[in-house]
Amino acid sequence: MAGGARSACSTSRAGRRTMNREGVHRVGDYRWVIEPTGAMRVPAVLYADEALLDDMDDKVRWQLCNVASLPGIVGAACAMPDAHWGYGFPIGGVAAFDADAGGVVSAGGVGFDISCGVRTLVSTCTREQVVDVQQQLAHELSRAIPAGVGSTGRLRLSDEAMDEMLTGGARWAVAEGYGPGDDLEHIEERGCIGGADPHALSKRARERQREEMGTLGSGNHYLEVQWVAEVFDRDAAAAFGLEGGRVVVSIHCGSRGLGHQVGTDYLRDMAIAAPSHGLHLPDRELACAPIRSTLGQRYLGAMRAAMNCALANRQILTHLCRESFHRLLPGFSGKLLYDVSHNICKEEVHAVDGCDRRLYVHRKGATRAFGPGHAAVPEALRAHGQPVLIGGSMGTASYVLAGAATGEALSWSSACHGAGRSMSRHQATRQWHGRKVVDDLAARGILVRSPSLRGVAEEAPGAYKSVDRVVDVAEKAGLARKVARLEPLICVKG
Amino acid sequence: MTGGRARAAGPAAAGTAGEWEHFAHGADIGVRGRGATAAQAFEQAALALTAVVTSPAQVHQQVSVSITCRAPDLDLLLYEWLNSLVFHMATQHLLFSGFDVRIADGVLEAEARGQLVDVQRHAPAVEVKGATLTELAVRQDDDGRWRAQCVLDV
Repeated sequence: MAGGARSACSTSRAGRRTMNREGVHRVGDYRWVIEPTGAMRVPAVLYADEALLDDMDDKVRWQLCNVASLPGIVGAACAMPDAHWGYGFPIGGVAAFDADAGGVVSAGGVGFDISCGVRTLVSTCTREQVVDVQQQLAHELSRAIPAGVGSTGRLRLSDEAMDEMLTGGARWAVAEGYGPGDDLEHIEERGCIGGADPHALSKRARERQREEMGTLGSGNHYLEVQWVAEVFDRDAAAAFGLEGGRVVVSIHCGSRGLGHQVGTDYLRDMAIAAPSHGLHLPDRELACAPIRSTLGQRYLGAMRAAMNCALANRQILTHLCRESFHRLLPGFSGKLLYDVSHNICKEEVHAVDGCDRRLYVHRKGATRAFGPGHAAVPEALRAHGQPVLIGGSMGTASYVLAGAATGEALSWSSACHGAGRSMSRHQATRQWHGRKVVDDLAARGILVRSPSLRGVAEEAPGAYKSVDRVVDVAEKAGLARKVARLEPLICVKG
Repeated sequence: MTGGRARAAGPAAAGTAGEWEHFAHGADIGVRGRGATAAQAFEQAALALTAVVTSPAQVHQQVSVSITCRAPDLDLLLYEWLNSLVFHMATQHLLFSGFDVRIADGVLEAEARGQLVDVQRHAPAVEVKGATLTELAVRQDDDGRWRAQCVLDV
């Protein structure tokens, strides 16, 4: 295990051990560096202000230093401003590996909810138009969007159709009638990632997806109707269609049971196989495999299939959402702004010491944020950088950022992904009652629809850190630029 | 440590009572079972898993599922056990409240008893995505009792 002594930690209100600052050097206002010690191969870098750093669990430091010790890591192991204790990698962790240098791929570095991400649609409606039908729309969306434990989608895929979905992603969904082809240009990888291998999935992974296509899930997943409350960058906002008062819809979910099972299967397989790959891990939770190993390649194939599953799932949910809007607002049109994942390992080319290198970039609770001019950004948005979609908590703001040119050198073009919890689920249920949370939000003009009041209490806005602070720091650190702030009107949760 | 502590109810707690609790983990949640044997600690950890979703006392024991798991060590056997329950919960829409676990020679054989999810009755708070390797431990404490624990991704 890498990292320093932990005796200097204090205990926060959440019972966590807050960050031990020993050996953490400030390099700039929002950048903190832990130089390599022990088994660390590269530095650990944290992007935070003083308050966010102090509020981070000491486990973030411990996990980040462990990631910095993995074979083939390049540059630094990075933590975003919303970083918190994860499993293996911290959530909000970014690390890039070079296959030619013995680099690894880590199932824990991607997470169980493979390709969990956010997509945002920009509507033709104003806030006033939606407020006029807000109750009916909330009811309609909660009826149309399968959410929560035990919910099932309408689709049942044969083995053959599932293979097509797993290799086709959102392209498959569009071909099946779920939305227009125009959507694809505005999805990461244009809706379909290559290299997916459906044969690398277990029977259990397929079985878990059998009834879950087009479902939202639960926990912090949501479909939210929002409005543009503030614009920070007029030019970028205009290009993104985000004028003040405009209604948008954001969907946060992932690859559902299939992705969860891929994570389960390969975390175990990697933990068992690690010694045979010569990997002596400080903790089993760092389970990984060399990229150039059979297991590493199988995982990449399975993970990419799960990514396509997530893209297809969000495309289907988008279609169901559009149908709901149309029933109440016949003139509605919802153009996809962007769809980007924040639990993923992607093969990307990045400049390292002036040379382009092909790296496997893990983003665990971190959002890809390509800067202006990057070829992967849709042409219509390219001059402003890739939209970076940041979900808030139920009842608080969300943000649209744009990738910054400086992000490449700082964090492999990555930014934060959300607010991050400030207290446990137990503490939240002790502090809030779900009914009161729903009533209080309704009094503020925000309608929450969820099958579980306990789930609402666990996700209460007060259980999260301030998303405003997180995005402010992301911008000031040079990871991304603020474009617009979104406020919620309707939140459908599982 | 935070979280609730509860005495188990039902057949799984027959004889020397085991106990379970949750422990805090950032965005997720940890489950810990304790008992006189490793098998009983596994049963209690399974109850703690159910309690992440709903109160185990609200789950009738109407159907049963047989589960067999193999793993090279006890830690990974717990991982397999909890993830097998997660699989059955997800694919058969079940919640479990009664467990009989037997462990011998790296093989776990179990019966899990429960019922179909009833959203009105159970008000399920969250679905469990999987049991992780984080804080994964099966060991005998100084008092001779066994503990079985890990963090769940929810």
